[in-house]
Amino acid sequence: MPVREDDRAKEDFARISDGLDALEDNRPPRRRIDPVAIVAPLVVVAAFIGIWQAVWALAIKPEYVIPSPSTVWHQLWQMVTDGTAWDATWTSLRRGVVGFLLALVIGTALGLLVSQIAFLRKGFRPILSALQSMPSVAWVPFAVLLVGLSPSAMYFVILLGAVPSIANGLIGGLDQTPPILRRAGTVLGARGLSLVRHVLVPAALPTYLTGLKQGWAFSWRSLMAAELIVNSPELGVGLGQVMQNGRNLSDMPTVIAVMVLILLVGVVVELGVFAPIERKILRDRGLAPTGV
Amino acid sequence: MTSILTLERPERQESSRARVEIRGVRKEFRQRDQVVTALDGVDLDVAPGEFVTVVGASGCGKSTLLQLIAGLDEPTSGTVRAVERPALMFQESALFPWLTARGNIELALKLGRTPAAERADRCQELLDLVRLGSAGERRVHELSGGQRQRIALARSLAQGSRLLLMDEPFAALDAITRDVLHEELMQLWQDTDLSVVFVTHNVREAVRLGQRVVLLSSRPGRVLRTWNVDLPSSRSLEDVSVMELAADITSSLRTEISRHAGA
Repeated sequence: MPVREDDRAKEDFARISDGLDALEDNRPPRRRIDPVAIVAPLVVVAAFIGIWQAVWALAIKPEYVIPSPSTVWHQLWQMVTDGTAWDATWTSLRRGVVGFLLALVIGTALGLLVSQIAFLRKGFRPILSALQSMPSVAWVPFAVLLVGLSPSAMYFVILLGAVPSIANGLIGGLDQTPPILRRAGTVLGARGLSLVRHVLVPAALPTYLTGLKQGWAFSWRSLMAAELIVNSPELGVGLGQVMQNGRNLSDMPTVIAVMVLILLVGVVVELGVFAPIERKILRDRGLAPTGV
Repeated sequence: MTSILTLERPERQESSRARVEIRGVRKEFRQRDQVVTALDGVDLDVAPGEFVTVVGASGCGKSTLLQLIAGLDEPTSGTVRAVERPALMFQESALFPWLTARGNIELALKLGRTPAAERADRCQELLDLVRLGSAGERRVHELSGGQRQRIALARSLAQGSRLLLMDEPFAALDAITRDVLHEELMQLWQDTDLSVVFVTHNVREAVRLGQRVVLLSSRPGRVLRTWNVDLPSSRSLEDVSVMELAADITSSLRTEISRHAGA
């Protein structure tokens, strides 16, 4: 019976197909939390504090130059309890975040325009790269003379630090989109904006995110530099200003305590904001997360 | 498997007109200072529901031909007419890695203007059709090579086109997986009125699948010869009849390739 034989063949193929699917299960194993990744940084920090304590105990330098870890801890604790730490951190962080969000909007718009329009691309790419390598502190005197001792000067410096990184990240990501994905999108009927939205931007996301991370780092660094240099009652008291006051009073414990706060803000933003987003984006694409 | 029938579009009047008409097509590329002619004087028609395979050595412009039919490129001269926007499958799955298997198919449905309310059901039908009904939530990197090509096939079908172009879609797969996909593709094609243009460098694969095998010459690509394959559709790569015809076509292909040795 040819018909029945045909059906049998079909069934055979279905079974082979299912067998292959069972054998070729490519799903990665569930990722477990690696305890070493949590313990190791703590050990390194503990070792660092130990060395610090030893250097202090040897009294190579006078007490007011290298204070003991516990002196710094007491200073930090006092700043936390009397509210200076919160006020200063909040003032700086708010400025940094507002500046970064502005840079995000401007950098993204600029990146999209520059990557899509040939003339802008040729004109802007080298300039964006040059700006990216310029230390944003170098803009501080210019900004102060241009807009005076106002919060605008801070934002000006933050933008010049962060916008090039964000724009370059987006442009780089769009450029790296594999041509085959672009073609697949075109075949499926995506044109113009719809191709940008459904194919190009999602494909660019990992590199764009790297640009955003770098943009945030530059925002925060530029802001701290600006706060250190620019001191005015109008600007309120941010971390940089507290540190600068500490320096003027030769108050090393305050200087170090503020450094710890600046570091903490960086770590919290990285681990609390960027790391989870990055992990999700990379894991969805089957790429290995790098760093923390 | 009644769901397959939804691939047909009953509201459209089926005409006996060819789904693809290629007339005197020439395609040149500029490579540094010199002009390379990829295709020259190519004529080809594909009828509704026909399965045409195109074989040739490298440099015969097989992929260029598909790009022209897909409208991704323009011929230098001559005309290419496709009845509607064709679907195109590549050697790599070209699935979007930021979407799940289901997300890829649903995006194709969305871009193909399938109403939002119908997309979920339609997507599940297509997943079932390629026998991956329960793998919809998997990411692309969680699928094997064969599974990726099946999802890519489902995504192509989601476009609802009656013309499917395939550019060596199974070339990177192992032999058993390829056999299975050959069979699945044949069943799908028989159950619908899909026209397929399938490009491959594998002559036996061309004979296994095609109703008509078109041999292209190399540099420039021209239609050298066409073979009609009058064999049962459930044939396999190992059938003697398939091998005999493949041997015949291969010897023509060898002659064509040797021609370039003297140059």
